[in-house]
Amino acid sequence: MTTETVPTPRSSYSAPRKRRVNWEKWGWIYMRVSGLFLVVLIFAHLFVNLASGAGVRAIDFAFIAGKYATPFWMVWDTLLLWFALIHGANGMRTIVNDYVHRALLRKTFLAAILASTVILLVLGTLVIYTFDPCPANAAAGTLPSFCVGR
Amino acid sequence: MSIATLESQPAVPAEIPTFTATLIIRRYDPDVDAEPHWQDFDVEMHGTDRVLDALHKIKWEQDGSLSFRRSCAHGVCGSDAMRINGRNRLACKTLLKDLDISKPIYVEAIKGLPLEKDLIVDMDPFFESYKSIQPFLIASSKPDKERLQSVVQRERFDDTTKCILCAACTSSCPVFWTDGQYFGPAAIVNAHRFIFDSRDEGAQVRLDILNDKEGVWRCRTTFNCTDACPRGIEVTKAIAEVKRAIISGKPESVSVVI
Repeated sequence: MTTETVPTPRSSYSAPRKRRVNWEKWGWIYMRVSGLFLVVLIFAHLFVNLASGAGVRAIDFAFIAGKYATPFWMVWDTLLLWFALIHGANGMRTIVNDYVHRALLRKTFLAAILASTVILLVLGTLVIYTFDPCPANAAAGTLPSFCVGR
Repeated sequence: MSIATLESQPAVPAEIPTFTATLIIRRYDPDVDAEPHWQDFDVEMHGTDRVLDALHKIKWEQDGSLSFRRSCAHGVCGSDAMRINGRNRLACKTLLKDLDISKPIYVEAIKGLPLEKDLIVDMDPFFESYKSIQPFLIASSKPDKERLQSVVQRERFDDTTKCILCAACTSSCPVFWTDGQYFGPAAIVNAHRFIFDSRDEGAQVRLDILNDKEGVWRCRTTFNCTDACPRGIEVTKAIAEVKRAIISGKPESVSVVI
């Protein structure tokens, strides 16, 4: 029995890279976690808007104004906006990574996805938190009927 | 009665009917062709024949320049993986009677690897990827006696020991087609074979290698690999188990798969 002289195999074929934040992994985890949240957020959103109460006929300017008067729906829609938009953008990113070969075209697409996502997130959030159905100095004829109190 | 004698003529087995199979093969000769092209061959075959037999018949009787790899011809060596009617199969395990003979059979080289000639591709990138996951036992103890393992522990990675490295899975993966840097299903399957082996101590090394930008996270679970595997390995499940092990940080705790 001569087992003392077994040489250790080469430890690494290619040196492992420096460990930084692994975006590919966190992107993958984000898709699963946000997917779970979105199931609840989207179906509750659809139920409240389309099925409960008077159903889809209830949706008008006043209905939306009523929702954005309550902090609950402001937070709900903010979560929905951020989770869904980033989920979708991350999906677009993986599709571009998988199917766009040319480096310049890929960079362009990724930049376009990032830019549109950021713009939509900022605009959407801005609308949710600054929405005022009855602006103070608007012309009288342009205000909805429920603004008579002003 | 000492010697058995033949008293009556044995029943002549009914002749197995033959039919003409049309194979359309994607030919490419780098010395002559600028682009690959399709070429038709008609061969007289039996239903019990395989696609490999048809290729042999073409090479031996019609066109000796047809090039393809095959070694054992019995589904063990993994040399003759090719794309048959759009699906990655071993030519030696695909019976003609299982294909639609009324239509031509399309045969081409596996995709995603550099085409060298006819049905032969350059397998080097495939084996580079395989090598990089360190496909050998990593153990600190000296093997003075056998390393014991229970039946349950052996069962844990049994499925992935079946791999014959034919590249049918890796070359069916749409991510591998567009991203040559991706490890590919076969390398992950062979990493799985050691990661979940109770005798192996290199699990963390392999998990770190696969926790790369081009590692397991590029898998989109399209199940092409599971469909392509001639050994019936549940490739996508194995990849999911490796993902699970990376997230939990240890392979032992994996029991349920997402």
